[in-house]
Amino acid sequence: MSDKNEIICISCPIGCRLQVTKLSEEAVKVEGNRCNRGEAYGREETLRPKRTVTACVRTNSRKIAYAPVKTDKPLLKEYINELLKILYTLDIEVPLRRGEILIHNFKGLDVDVVFTRTVPG
Amino acid sequence: MKTNVYDAVVIGGGAAGMACACEMDSSGLKVAIVEREETLGGILLQCIHNGFGLHRFKEELTGPEYAERYIEKVENTSLDVFLSTTVVNIANEGEGYCVTGYSGSEGVLLFKTEAVVLAMGCRERNRGNIGIPGTRPSGILTAGLAQRLINMDGLVPGRRIVIAGSGDIGLIMARRLTWTGCEVLGVVEILPYASGITRNIVQCLKDFDIPLYLSHIISRIEGKDRVESVQVTPLQDGKPDISGSFPLECDTILLSVGLIPENELSRKASVKINHETGGAYVDAHYMTSQKGIFACGNVLHVHDIVDFVSEESVTCGRYVHQYVKHSLLDAAQYNVTPGANVKYVIPNSFIREAGRKFYLRSLIVKNDAELKVMLGEQTIIKKKLRHVQPSEMISFVLDNEAFPASLPIGDRMALEVSIH
Repeated sequence: MSDKNEIICISCPIGCRLQVTKLSEEAVKVEGNRCNRGEAYGREETLRPKRTVTACVRTNSRKIAYAPVKTDKPLLKEYINELLKILYTLDIEVPLRRGEILIHNFKGLDVDVVFTRTVPG
Repeated sequence: MKTNVYDAVVIGGGAAGMACACEMDSSGLKVAIVEREETLGGILLQCIHNGFGLHRFKEELTGPEYAERYIEKVENTSLDVFLSTTVVNIANEGEGYCVTGYSGSEGVLLFKTEAVVLAMGCRERNRGNIGIPGTRPSGILTAGLAQRLINMDGLVPGRRIVIAGSGDIGLIMARRLTWTGCEVLGVVEILPYASGITRNIVQCLKDFDIPLYLSHIISRIEGKDRVESVQVTPLQDGKPDISGSFPLECDTILLSVGLIPENELSRKASVKINHETGGAYVDAHYMTSQKGIFACGNVLHVHDIVDFVSEESVTCGRYVHQYVKHSLLDAAQYNVTPGANVKYVIPNSFIREAGRKFYLRSLIVKNDAELKVMLGEQTIIKKKLRHVQPSEMISFVLDNEAFPASLPIGDRMALEVSIH
């Protein structure tokens, strides 16, 4: 099985054009990368595409009505919409600190959702 | 009226202002930051997406995280921070400057200072700047404004969105809006290539199959009270080809058509503005045409990566310190001019000193390009560049070794930077 795909590496702003050949369900060949991160990206993007999710959640702060959050690691793409739906229904009590965990180990995927801004009470 | 006396006053408390001020504080200057918003952080606070800090912190941060790292740094210094204070004037007083600020709670504030750092950032170009014909309904806003509404106020500007221009903020908003439940019908770009960085094309458009119409324009906006549709027209040899026009039914148009350094204050202070960047001309020490007024960050030239803003601003702060301490290197400066395929180079002059860094923007898209720095007929630097495009800033360092020692000092020759 040989499935050559051109994807653009987004590990850094250089944006290497990678040629990724899918060899099996677990193996790929990556060409055109300038660093190891490019190879890792090419593999992950082909086998298990993930994205860091950022969004905002409603707070009861008068000054900062919405607090920004992110996943601390990239999340498998197929779970993004489910996570967003949950985030949009939350009401958060302040104070909260940058780095504080909002959702621990989402769906057992080893991904936490953390606040990215400190909101005083 | 309260008068405060400082070595340097920094106008703007965003990424540039904070980095520059922290640098000056650490070198012992008495410095104030004057910020018109209620908090420090500037535009970073509304940029909740990740991708900041890869160069500076070697990790991927969101805008608010990057901002808070600097805000905490500022809090641990002896910097004076004046929030909710708008600077309205910079007056030359011979030996220094008098900066006038206005604050709702304090009234008029005067700052007597030896040096002024311009760090006001930039603002967005709008419909008036690009002149889209049609009606004037509601639902037309800049991408950055939409970003602020969604991310800080929780307000969604519409449901069916067309984005004009492929600048980074517009691309980021395409994803944000899609993740908010809106439908983004397309991004319309007048140029044959995207204005935003590649990473955003991939993660914000390709991920959601949002069409990118290159070499297309929005030729008309329709709608009485609210936007109802736009006409999208392809360009053929640079001219609109009406026969290829098609409508997109939408209720909202976001404009992501570039940023303009915010230099009203600078102009008032007679700072000479470079038309290629929209920012001030600066010498090798980031000093503008007005002695003692410096500039850094997006008010100087629009950056695509905040890490470079911080880096440039620290450099600027170092020179301001030297200026205040009367220890600026007093040597001949060579003009630095953009040559073939280069839009601009910052700073605009060079001084013979180790490790001088330059930032430039390409006018072309090319793989395996070459950067060339010439002094007259002599090649000073040749550098291979794997890929250049206008949206990605290029930098290079000019070392003493590269610079011929035999040149007569005081020779006002220009360094020419080109891309081939």
